[in-house]
Amino acid sequence: MASFSAKESNLAAILPAKTLETRVPQVQVERKIATAPSRYRNEISKYILRRSHDCIHCGKCAEICPYGVHVRKGSYKLFCEPKSHLCIGPACEKTSHYCVAACPQKALQIVENPMMEILGDYRWTADLILATWRMAETGHVPPAECGFEHRVGNSGGGFDKLRFKFPEKPSSTVSKDEIDTSIELNRRGDDRPQIRIDVPWYGGGMSFGSVSNVTQLSKARACTAWNTFTCTGEGGYMERMRPYDDHVITQVATGLFGVREETIQRVPIVEFKYAQGAKPGLGGHLLGDKNTPAVAKMREAVLGISLFSPFPFHSVYSIEDHMKHLDWIKHINRRALVSTKVSTPNDVDMVAVGSYAAGSHILHIDGGYGGTGAAPDIAKKNIAMPIEYAISRVHKFLQAEGVRDKLTLIASGGIRTAHDIAKSIALGADGVVIGTSEMVALGCVRCNRCESGRGCPRGIATTDAELAAKMNIEWGTQRLINLYNAWREELVDILWRFGMRSVAELRGRTDLLMHLDYTNDGEQ
Amino acid sequence: MPEKYHIETKAVPPRRPRIGKFGVLDWREDCARCHNCVKKACVWDRYRQEAEYVRTLNAVDTLFFECMGCFSCVQNCTKGLLRLSVNPAWEKLGNSYWKPAIIQTTWAQAETAKIPVSGAGYRGPFTGPGFDSMWTDMSEIVRPTRDGIHGREYISTAVDIGRKPAYLNFQGESFRTDVPCLSIQMPLILNVQSAQHTLPKLGPATRETARRTDLIAMARPSELPFLTEDPQKILPYVAFCLSPEEPVVPPDAMRQTRLVETYDGPDVVSRIQRLKDKYPHIVVSIRVPLDATGIHRAVDLACREEIEVVHVLADANGNQIGVDKPLFLTDMIRKIHTTLIEKGVRDEVTLIAGGGIALAEHMAKAIICGADLVSIDLPLMIGLECHLCDRCEPGRSCPAKLEDVPFDYAAGRMTNLIGAWHDQLIEVMGAMGMREARRLRGDVGRAIFFEDLEEETFGKLFGKRK
Repeated sequence: MASFSAKESNLAAILPAKTLETRVPQVQVERKIATAPSRYRNEISKYILRRSHDCIHCGKCAEICPYGVHVRKGSYKLFCEPKSHLCIGPACEKTSHYCVAACPQKALQIVENPMMEILGDYRWTADLILATWRMAETGHVPPAECGFEHRVGNSGGGFDKLRFKFPEKPSSTVSKDEIDTSIELNRRGDDRPQIRIDVPWYGGGMSFGSVSNVTQLSKARACTAWNTFTCTGEGGYMERMRPYDDHVITQVATGLFGVREETIQRVPIVEFKYAQGAKPGLGGHLLGDKNTPAVAKMREAVLGISLFSPFPFHSVYSIEDHMKHLDWIKHINRRALVSTKVSTPNDVDMVAVGSYAAGSHILHIDGGYGGTGAAPDIAKKNIAMPIEYAISRVHKFLQAEGVRDKLTLIASGGIRTAHDIAKSIALGADGVVIGTSEMVALGCVRCNRCESGRGCPRGIATTDAELAAKMNIEWGTQRLINLYNAWREELVDILWRFGMRSVAELRGRTDLLMHLDYTNDGEQ
Repeated sequence: MPEKYHIETKAVPPRRPRIGKFGVLDWREDCARCHNCVKKACVWDRYRQEAEYVRTLNAVDTLFFECMGCFSCVQNCTKGLLRLSVNPAWEKLGNSYWKPAIIQTTWAQAETAKIPVSGAGYRGPFTGPGFDSMWTDMSEIVRPTRDGIHGREYISTAVDIGRKPAYLNFQGESFRTDVPCLSIQMPLILNVQSAQHTLPKLGPATRETARRTDLIAMARPSELPFLTEDPQKILPYVAFCLSPEEPVVPPDAMRQTRLVETYDGPDVVSRIQRLKDKYPHIVVSIRVPLDATGIHRAVDLACREEIEVVHVLADANGNQIGVDKPLFLTDMIRKIHTTLIEKGVRDEVTLIAGGGIALAEHMAKAIICGADLVSIDLPLMIGLECHLCDRCEPGRSCPAKLEDVPFDYAAGRMTNLIGAWHDQLIEVMGAMGMREARRLRGDVGRAIFFEDLEEETFGKLFGKRK
């Protein structure tokens, strides 16, 4: 459990009686890694293994393949369709278990899947998507022989051009088991609880409306297992989330959809959302088709109409106004940490210092290439700076102002991999918020249709009951637990190679980074 | 407070089958006939629509390409018979600058007049050349943004065209200026199409679009007389492009227009003077191609007292014309704009920039770089389902059949496109905290430039950019 639970003995003193009375028993979720295969019949694979009619079903291929590509069930004579997604492709040629060469009938053939050109995009390449699926399925980073480039995308800038300068030999003095990946969320030294999460990330705000309740609950359960947080987004607080209250951040945004005193009082962290990286300055946006009866009820809105959160907070036109908001939250929930979520304009560094002055425990900066359930295309590409620049700016400015160690800096907006997380931290963040990666782990193919009609055809970002039923909570939870584990393993590996014992040691270590487009001889 | 500017729009469906990005390949010969067909379960019902489409097809000229690319059918088919592929016809749209995605979004905006909205985050490259090397800025808390599009505030996109007096001139009790200046409701004028793209039916529709949107459409004098149009209604929204090859515009028509554009040349000032003597109410713009000398020429002209408006034009892709290492439109605008500031005349002259303006975001970015307004031509054509296939020659078939484009369809689609651009302009202006397009001009503080950001951030960490 998060360390704030130690303070729970005082809950009776600081929470209103009604909140205590209605508090439900908190559920524990086991942090167990288990296989969670794709919920689709045909997993998209990097290579396609074809079996021709010349096959005599001798079973030689199944005998030698260590990856389980060739399956013949029970007493069947014929083989099933090959499990191509498990095949490592041409990398197998040099091994002794290359089925194509071993086949006495030459009936097998491996070809690259032409759909790899269609799957994904510059930021989320087909390799990244398939690797994330593999991590969500197995709980581990895919082995190098699979041939997935799982560390970077192909956007041509930012994280995709940054690389770590690993020492030739990893440190032998640190054991991977000793490495601490937890981070502190309250650095202000005030009377609020010390909250420590086991991994340097938590889940981003996705409202019920933008995603299904199955998706929300899967996130909440995985975050409970990993002792970190998920966020309700601006769409109200589902009753079914209450067994996970201790791992939930609730969001207060300009529309105040579903925001009530009792929901603010339930949680250890409250997030004030000023802007979202995908659509800075434009407020929230839920198209009418996704405003189903359940969504409308929770948001206390009219069924079927598009819902917009206005912009900006019309009660906030200065840091003093912002402070008034934070004070309001702190008064209502006297155990809560307060997070301020802003986007990344040119003056994000000033916003950061102002937010600290106003009393924030966490500053969450959301970069211009962040995720969304629906946003104008003109906003996604063109407003505010990518997160890679903003992290470094804010970190340095906070340092110069002497408050860096009193504010937790969380970055989001385009964090896709464990390497992105590590790079963010090396640039100066304490941790990150993730969102799209979780959706990909649940089966998202980045078709960009979250906002259309009934919503996500994959049943993730939808409020349509039939579509949402394509996924169940146990499977979703396991996929996310697995992804988190794979990421943590990779993060630990990065720290281990640098000889670090804690992720906190990596913060601000830009000297460990290089940029492929630069001479890399600058003064750090 | 003036009446809120609003463009009336109405959906105008395409005349030709849509050309989507994806298509599903179906290897039917191996079908298991499992009666559990995933096609029935398509969330978008595309297979049924495809069947209907094929049934009603008169000629096999294009296939059905409206797949949304979700892979659900591909992944659920019992025998794994389906494959997703990119539509080759989609890939052929446009060219290296006017990319298929630009053509496709322009078609959608011309059809629906809606701002393109999609789910998931940005999918494109981190940065790119030209307009893609800058972001607009916004802020919250310390510099609040505006809630223009869905909120309460009125964001004005109006701009002025003409020379602005450097000081106020009071005569008697009333204030007046000695030079004409006109205001239009968006920082946009509709340029004449190139000779290659000039088609008889486009002119009337473009002028009607200008009337409906309260903008200005440029026209060639040779298009006169306007046979199907009411001159009284349409001429206030027309700006004639005068040139030696064109006939003289009749005085009746000149008297009803508010803006004309003339070509550059050694005698341009005396020509303007003659025009002004005859038609003092008209604002005169000079068309300056942005070739090797274009920037200097634009600055020279803008510094002259007689010049009111300079319309600079890059090539269709926004590049400098006829040079080996061309500058991009944004850089050229910035050079002209900053030089005019240094010379102390920027506020007195209007700068219109054209060439390479392909999306609504380009309009906002060109203005941030220093243009007062922009001119567009190709987006209007594309709005009519043009593929930019470059086959506009007599005897070759036009895939969009632009030669017989219906008037209502064309005016409706162009109006829709401008409506969508207007809404997008308000979106980004709202985010930038701007309430007036006039004040956006040259406000580079509301932009973030890739090169600056790299130098300030990564340059300090990693040395020099290679």
